[in-house]
Amino acid sequence: MTMLPAAPSPRRLGLVIDLDTCVGCQACVVVCKEWNTGGYGAPLADEPAYGAGPSGTWLNRVHGFEAGSGADGRMVHFPKSCLHCENAHCVTVCPTGASFKRAADGIVLVDEDKCIGCGLCAWACPYGARELDSQAGVMKKCTLCVDRIEATDLPESEREPACVRTCPATARHFGDLADPDSKVSRLVAERGGFDLMAELGYRPTNKYLPPRPGRRGDGQPEAALEDASPNGGFLGWLDKVLS
Amino acid sequence: MQPAPSLLLFSTLSGAGYGLLFVLGLAVLLGIVPPAPLPGLLGLGTALALITAGLVASLGHLRRKERAWRAVSQWRSSWLSREGVAALLTFLPAGLLALFWVFGGRAPWPLALLAATGAAVTVVCTGMIYQSLPPIPRWHQPTTTPVYLCLALASGSVLAALLAGPWVELAIPAFHLLALLTLPLAWAVKWWWWRSGDLASPSATIGTATGLAPLGKVRLLEPPHTSSNYLMKEMGFRVARKHAARLRQIALVLGLAVPWLLILVAAWAPSPWFAVLLTALAAAATLTGTLVERWLFFAEAKHTMSLYYGEQAA
Repeated sequence: MTMLPAAPSPRRLGLVIDLDTCVGCQACVVVCKEWNTGGYGAPLADEPAYGAGPSGTWLNRVHGFEAGSGADGRMVHFPKSCLHCENAHCVTVCPTGASFKRAADGIVLVDEDKCIGCGLCAWACPYGARELDSQAGVMKKCTLCVDRIEATDLPESEREPACVRTCPATARHFGDLADPDSKVSRLVAERGGFDLMAELGYRPTNKYLPPRPGRRGDGQPEAALEDASPNGGFLGWLDKVLS
Repeated sequence: MQPAPSLLLFSTLSGAGYGLLFVLGLAVLLGIVPPAPLPGLLGLGTALALITAGLVASLGHLRRKERAWRAVSQWRSSWLSREGVAALLTFLPAGLLALFWVFGGRAPWPLALLAATGAAVTVVCTGMIYQSLPPIPRWHQPTTTPVYLCLALASGSVLAALLAGPWVELAIPAFHLLALLTLPLAWAVKWWWWRSGDLASPSATIGTATGLAPLGKVRLLEPPHTSSNYLMKEMGFRVARKHAARLRQIALVLGLAVPWLLILVAAWAPSPWFAVLLTALAAAATLTGTLVERWLFFAEAKHTMSLYYGEQAA
């Protein structure tokens, strides 16, 4: 079970995350917790849920990075969840067969009834995408909302991960990255989508779109303001007084 | 990485137990130890007790212990599973060898060979669990498994020297000599491991982890949550790095210098009981030094996940 599928899956479902448009509103974080605490597997614990310094299990988190400095510096909101890697070591290290990668669409899941909570898969994930639940004692991770995308009782338009559906900035896209003509594959091609930590060789399915170039004019100082009233008069007098 | 007591105890105690089992198996194959009941009981009894104690301690690391039996199923892909299988299989020849030796007064060589092989394979699996993890560069180097093997062999040799003591009539102090050889060997490999880990260039940086390197210097501005979480507790542990140099010295003194000198003196001690006392101290020092080494093994190791929590390189 914990062997990776022998052949690349015909579909590779995953997310494309746009670092240019993400506004860091945390809506995807909250809706992920909301959907998944009542969906696939055990609920996502918080301890102490109502005390000071609560610590809990979340499958999606938004980090905030500063990139560049001075006038070229910018804030980049950085959502991160499981990347459903092709070369998923988290699957092969699992001693029980609880971790597995689906042969049909490449989604990496945990069978919580088999998980012994050893935590080795979390060590094997370079991205910190797996969290051991403090109450259930089993490993939790992003499921790409398998219980939404396959839910035939939901309207077609709602069969996508909760984070994608809720994003107000359309910074999250869901689709088949094995299909070169899919919306997500085209986005990756057009915008130069990239892999996180490609040097480790995990070949993540999820891609990130880089922030677009800045629009602040190569760090040049702003031009001097124009003369308020070149024709004199009251405004000209006021301009002179205030200067 | 968080140094969990269950894992430190496991690899230190079981490591020493498998080392002892290996040395005893070797001794049987070479015909060094007479197959009398007492050395069999002392030697194999201690080895199996240490192995079992370590394995029981390791169960403490599991959050769902009642499902531990499932861990032997994925030996085709998982080093942890292979370790479990190897550990369980090794009990068979080791237990049979103990029965033959203690009750039958003979030590069949095929059982000794299988037990020694099983011990070595189990320790290799332990080392490979760590060595096979790319996100932890300090562990993901080719000398990690040799470190585990050599330290297990050295601890086992020291224990064998202790247990040979006055109870076993040996023509030469074979186990003492073995300990005097394997202790420096093990810590030399360990020293090499420390040095290569220190000198290695980072596997990944905050720039490649976020893909933002083209924009310039990247730093964490807003963590994703206000308090700690599982990832930070389990993989963001960094208490030890401040005292790493001092702790390495302590590990070297306790694990190498002290036991080596004690065993050197014990090998030529006039009274056998004085020799036993010295070797017992040597064994205690070796195990304590190895425990410090194991603690550092975890505490010094940096996980690439920490790049998302403010580290610049890992």
